Amino acid sequence: MFPEFGQFSLILSLLLAILLATVPLAGSLAGRASLQAFARPLAAGQFVFVAIAFGVLTYAFMVDDFSVAYVANNSNSLLPWYFKFSAVWGAHEGSLLLWMLILAGWTLAVAIFSRRLPAVMTSQVLSVMGMVSVGFLLFLLMTSNPFDRILPNVPTNGADLNPLLQDFGLIVHPPMLYMGYVGFSVAFAFAIAALINGRLDAAWARWSRPWTTVAWAFLSVGIALGSWWAYYELGWGGWWFWDPVENASLLPWLAGTALMHSLAVTEKRGVFKSWTVLLAILTFSLSLLGAFLVRSGVLTSVHAFASDPTRGQFLLALLAITIVSSLTLYAFRAPVVHSRIRYGSASREIFLLLNNVLLMAAMLLVLVGTLYPLILDYLDMGRLSIGEPFYNLTFSPVAIAVGLLLGAGIFSRWKKTDGGWLARKLLWPAAVSLIVAVLVPLWMGKFEPWAFAGCFSAAWIVSATARDLLDKSASRQGRWHGLRRQSRSYYGMVLGHLGLALTMAGATVVSNYGVERDVRMSPGDTVSIENIDFAFVQIGERQGANFRAETAQVDISRDGRKIATLYPEKRQYTVQRSVMTEAGIDAGLARDLFVALGEQVGDNAWAMRIQYKPLIRWIWLGSLFMAAGGILAIADRRYRIREKVPVKPAALPDREPDAGRAVPEAMS
Amino acid sequence: MKRLFLFIPVMLAITLGVVMYAGIGKDPMHLESALIGKPVPAFELAQLENPDVMLRKDIFNGQVSLLNVWGTWCPACRDEHPDLVWLAEEKGVPIVGLNYKDNRDQALQWLQSLGDPYTVNLFDPSGSLGFDLGVYGAPETYVVDAEGIVRYRHVGVVNEKVWYETLEPLIRKYSREG
Repeated sequence: MFPEFGQFSLILSLLLAILLATVPLAGSLAGRASLQAFARPLAAGQFVFVAIAFGVLTYAFMVDDFSVAYVANNSNSLLPWYFKFSAVWGAHEGSLLLWMLILAGWTLAVAIFSRRLPAVMTSQVLSVMGMVSVGFLLFLLMTSNPFDRILPNVPTNGADLNPLLQDFGLIVHPPMLYMGYVGFSVAFAFAIAALINGRLDAAWARWSRPWTTVAWAFLSVGIALGSWWAYYELGWGGWWFWDPVENASLLPWLAGTALMHSLAVTEKRGVFKSWTVLLAILTFSLSLLGAFLVRSGVLTSVHAFASDPTRGQFLLALLAITIVSSLTLYAFRAPVVHSRIRYGSASREIFLLLNNVLLMAAMLLVLVGTLYPLILDYLDMGRLSIGEPFYNLTFSPVAIAVGLLLGAGIFSRWKKTDGGWLARKLLWPAAVSLIVAVLVPLWMGKFEPWAFAGCFSAAWIVSATARDLLDKSASRQGRWHGLRRQSRSYYGMVLGHLGLALTMAGATVVSNYGVERDVRMSPGDTVSIENIDFAFVQIGERQGANFRAETAQVDISRDGRKIATLYPEKRQYTVQRSVMTEAGIDAGLARDLFVALGEQVGDNAWAMRIQYKPLIRWIWLGSLFMAAGGILAIADRRYRIREKVPVKPAALPDREPDAGRAVPEAMS
Repeated sequence: MKRLFLFIPVMLAITLGVVMYAGIGKDPMHLESALIGKPVPAFELAQLENPDVMLRKDIFNGQVSLLNVWGTWCPACRDEHPDLVWLAEEKGVPIVGLNYKDNRDQALQWLQSLGDPYTVNLFDPSGSLGFDLGVYGAPETYVVDAEGIVRYRHVGVVNEKVWYETLEPLIRKYSREG
């Protein structure tokens, strides 16, 4: 199959995207239903041709077509087939194609699942997504063509995939992350469409919600996968480095979390409309900013992406057009009238507003920390530095405050909450959290103020959520009946919040009570950490598919009882001649034991990094909980019932029926 | 009037865009330092190994040396460390360490297990000298000549390539002048 077919179908999909960006929008503005009807077929066509392009590139990898420059640079005939597959998105051009495939996929999903939306809304949303597609397809075709050929001197073999990326985590990490990044384009498109036709109402918020939640769930998993991968593959045993690229994924996550909560208020109470629509624009803009920071090479990062000024300029232009035009539209069209809806000082509205304030504060901290070197460089004042200490000092208090607010906010009611009643509700959770926060340091054997605060906050979320669940499920027909009566979106919220508590607990405990030791060991030596003995038994060599490895055997025992045997490795990849550390990890819910083999430091001695990581798995487990909560929330009945009862296109429901409530406050 | 406030986001975005446009094409590894050609800022810091010994900028006098900013919290420093050890042992380069915003016990343990390439280590837990030098983050390495004048700044990891292509010629040049 000719790689040029791939390029050709990309060009076709660009043409379709241009039509998608203009025809349905024009139709909706002119009120011509015949033009609006083009939206769905165009979205489908665009997806088909991007998928063909993706398939052609995948095929080129599978059959080792080294005449394609991108394949030659990122693959090798020795590479196992599954890494050949993941190598498709192993570098810039291919990951952009993946990005584009996912964008086209989301557009198609909107086209399929929007049948009950008014035609005007659907065509405008799809048009806006078409505009985003046009930008990225142009970027792909003009600066980053993955189908460029090396002719006539075709290399006999490829330069191999970066060994860091030859790993399961990297097969799934980018697709998940992109599903999240690009998924926010749907919420963005809804926001722009609502601004264009001036229908910023509860219905708009309700339509945006499931899309935002799904994208957020994917992003949560994507970030966790990246963190997990960094933990076991980079060989340092850290799980978060506040690296620009990591921060770039955290920014839209924080804004997206705020958006989810703000959408809930707008849907239920019809307030914060201007703020919510701004958040929708901001969230997607931050996704694009992330793409720019990663791809343009303006910041140093452990993620070694090749930087290219043309690409940076193109992406920045794309970013500028998207953000400036959408924010200008916002400035002209966002409602400024005060809603007449009132709410009291301890109402759920206020709690969710504070949640947004804190999340925005956290987002700004990360944004400032990430862009600081750039800004200082621009102002010619190379002073003051930012690194992990900055984030630890500033981000942790905000995270803890979010947890504390969350626990109280769960109980709050719309419109107004009685302060004394709320305080009485919080008595038990406060007591339980205090006990947990005292017990954890006692158990770990050392008091740390941050550990106390973090554990308190995490326990507070869990105990408040549990208390709320108990309250809500009280029923005369028994607990089981009461539990079953709760909606899926309520359980989604419970799961999401528990996930946050898990992640928080894990991060707190591992940062405060993790033990790291760098030691020099010879075969026969034993090192003891937290009463666990690590015995370096022997070291040998082995030959992998495309690498040679030095493998150490480390026996781990406690009180003479054997726990595990680990085989940490140092791999020398033959083609790229690079050395990788493959850590040996004994994973467990309560703790990880981590051994990395370092340099040979003497005749018969090696540097070893031995770590004891309590609760580290909770960090990633928590994100799975959050994602599961998001999926559960969109599986709620109110989203499914509507599919069976077709709503006439013209009939826009102004307020939603009582049957579907995200948070059934009326039930207690 | 209120509508004017709604223009704030777009204004902020444009400002940020201008800053980012200026950043394109600049190699982030090549950050100019305002201090090049100027003396190392005055300081008085305790020695890492011995809190009672106070060190001043006269430690740079007499030979061309490298000033390496590091910390145990910095993963890239771990990458760099074997190369520093190699520089110190094989090439005999005097390296002054600036232990930056770090914890003394952890730093000492790090040196004990990974090897100590430094002739002397400054302990700078608050980052005061780092601030005066304009450190963006660790690791950074400065070439300081025999008069204590900053000659070059390298941001990022020092490895064999950086040594042969950049640092060694500089050290040779300033040693000859001195």
